[in-house]
Amino acid sequence: MSVWLVQMFNSLSVSSILLLIALGLAITFGLMNVINMAHGELIMIGAYTAYVMQNLFADYFPASWFGAYFILAIPAAFCVTFLAGLALEAGLIRFLYGRPLDSLLATWGVGMVLQQLARTIFGAPNVGVKSPEWLNGGLSLGGGVLPYKRLFIIGLVLVTLIAMYLYIYRSAAGRRMRAVMQNRQMAACLGISTRRVDAITFAVGSGIAGVAGCALSLLGPIGPSLGTYYIVDAFMVVVLGGVGKLLGTVAGALGMGVFNTYFEFWTNASLGKVLVFACVVAFLQWKPQGLVAMRTRSLD
Amino acid sequence: MKRKSAKKLAVLAAGAMLLLAGCGSNNGNNAAGSGSGQPTESGASQPVSGSASPAASGDVIKVGILHSLSGTMAISEVSVRDAELMAIDEINAAGGVLGKQIVPIVEDGASDWPTFAEKARKLLTDDKVATVFGGWTSASRKAMLPVFEELNGLLWYPVQYEGMEKSPNIFYTGATTNQQIVPAVDWLLENKGKKFYLLGSDYVFPRTANMIIKAQLKAKGGELVGEEYTPLGATDYSTIISKIQAAKPDVVFNTLNGDSNVAFFKQLKDAGITSDKLTTMSVSVAEEEVRGIGADVLAGHLTAWNYFQSIDSPENKKFVDAYKAKYGADRVTDDPIEAGYTAVYLWKEAVEKAGSTDVDKVKEAAKGLEFDAPEGKVKIDGDNQHLYKVARIGEAQPDGQFKELWNSGDAVKPDPYLETYDWAAGLSDSSQ
Repeated sequence: MSVWLVQMFNSLSVSSILLLIALGLAITFGLMNVINMAHGELIMIGAYTAYVMQNLFADYFPASWFGAYFILAIPAAFCVTFLAGLALEAGLIRFLYGRPLDSLLATWGVGMVLQQLARTIFGAPNVGVKSPEWLNGGLSLGGGVLPYKRLFIIGLVLVTLIAMYLYIYRSAAGRRMRAVMQNRQMAACLGISTRRVDAITFAVGSGIAGVAGCALSLLGPIGPSLGTYYIVDAFMVVVLGGVGKLLGTVAGALGMGVFNTYFEFWTNASLGKVLVFACVVAFLQWKPQGLVAMRTRSLD
Repeated sequence: MKRKSAKKLAVLAAGAMLLLAGCGSNNGNNAAGSGSGQPTESGASQPVSGSASPAASGDVIKVGILHSLSGTMAISEVSVRDAELMAIDEINAAGGVLGKQIVPIVEDGASDWPTFAEKARKLLTDDKVATVFGGWTSASRKAMLPVFEELNGLLWYPVQYEGMEKSPNIFYTGATTNQQIVPAVDWLLENKGKKFYLLGSDYVFPRTANMIIKAQLKAKGGELVGEEYTPLGATDYSTIISKIQAAKPDVVFNTLNGDSNVAFFKQLKDAGITSDKLTTMSVSVAEEEVRGIGADVLAGHLTAWNYFQSIDSPENKKFVDAYKAKYGADRVTDDPIEAGYTAVYLWKEAVEKAGSTDVDKVKEAAKGLEFDAPEGKVKIDGDNQHLYKVARIGEAQPDGQFKELWNSGDAVKPDPYLETYDWAAGLSDSSQ
């Protein structure tokens, strides 16, 4: 019984991680149609921000405050990657709208540059991030242990999702973003600065990637190649869920997480991943638009 | 018209640049190899451009260093390159080899196995190096092996591996299975329990190692309760940990490699499984990896190696102090780092004994060669070109070091095909 409970929780946890890494991509790829292969490296920047914040706290603040570094690290990671996204957009992506293959190549190059930059600044070996004390341990439930870190990540994903929903569907800035996305020319005619909206949208997507990286530093390695482990899954979730709708990304993440965990439990890790990808490919043959398709009036 | 002439100009300019680059590359291509710098490195030897002259001409001897300086394996291999460069600096300061200075040519395998083969070929044919120190993963070694055998080069491979190999062109300064895995399993069966769970990354080393362990368990009365492989670079171990808990083993024998170890140990601790509840024995986690995992996370877990930084001997103290002085006080030494360092010294001794850098003469001279390495006295076994090494088991301490729990006393004779173990009969054919 406890194994089933823990496995259900594991599938939820894996889904939450997938959703976290894919949310930012859902915005840049889903809403703006920019293939950003540097998304993994933005996640890496978020993780390194947590590392830097940890060192700052260790050096300059009393030891009893150490646990608070993580709480500060999350908005810090958002800000740092927000700025990185702004820079990337203004310097490179801006010229590549409407050219997905070119943006794929160019951002792949940027990703490699960022990886090597991380190696130069922080060194090639992984860096250690000590998780705060209040996140250690787990909830004992029915014979199994549900780690607090995973619960925290699920909570963080929910908060991010709600924040995203409020931003996109309930704020003026979000309305502008949706307008530009649905009909760029008409939005421009109505006086919306599409340049600024594009930049902010890309930056917000990058910021969420940073938050994901910060959260992932709890569970996994923090090194220059961190991004390469998550980028494929992130794209899978976004494409499976359907570009253009956040609900689709949630559905995609849930689907992949649950199936991956159960396949892995019944077979083994490698075969589990193969089966999940095979299912995704088969599903996309049947429904190329993804799980939740967006219907627009535009011709493209 | 304007656009057409602008295009023509652009094409001409591109062609001219390509031509210039082509002419320039014969002299300048080696500078790129060491470009991915380390902030803490100081005074490492500068590589020299590879002109097409034989290795030991003039008053320098060129050697190649081929490790992953980028990509996922860089976390481990960069430090081995540093140790090899340090050994070369020390030898040069003491007068060099055969009176000539050693010049290292560093190349980046980029964690990509075909690149290793390509760079090995380049080092041997273009730079005409006397020998190459390199490799880490078995995949990289297997990619380089045909190159070295075809061109009669010499490779010194510093990492513990799965055995079942004795190439005439490779010297193996890392442990083979009977010097690391087999003694570890014996010790575990005696001290920790009979039920084993095997967890590894999905590539040749863990699969071959687990084949050997399964045969050993069968022969010695152990019980296999589970065997799992995860893709290299996997970061989610929640399901695997559930499976381990369901199987209730006494020991988890961990052959995960690279970043997967960080994820696995962090998540193992989160699940509430501490080292007193479940013994894990790792063969790819050393002092270097402890920093990424966290000493508090790894405390109490076991590893099997032939060298620990905590070894109390004058040679080791000198080695560790020199390494820290050169690369930073927060750097650590571990088994592959020490094996890389030892490889350079063994090659130097073999060359001086042979009186030349010719590969066949060096191989002949290396047979039976001894050296006081930081791990203890090592000897090259002329039959299989491996080293006699002392096997050790250590427990991770909260300060990031390993406390030695057991060692094999005498150096163990290397037996890559496990010919001296009757329970291993039939393994060497099936692994090819």
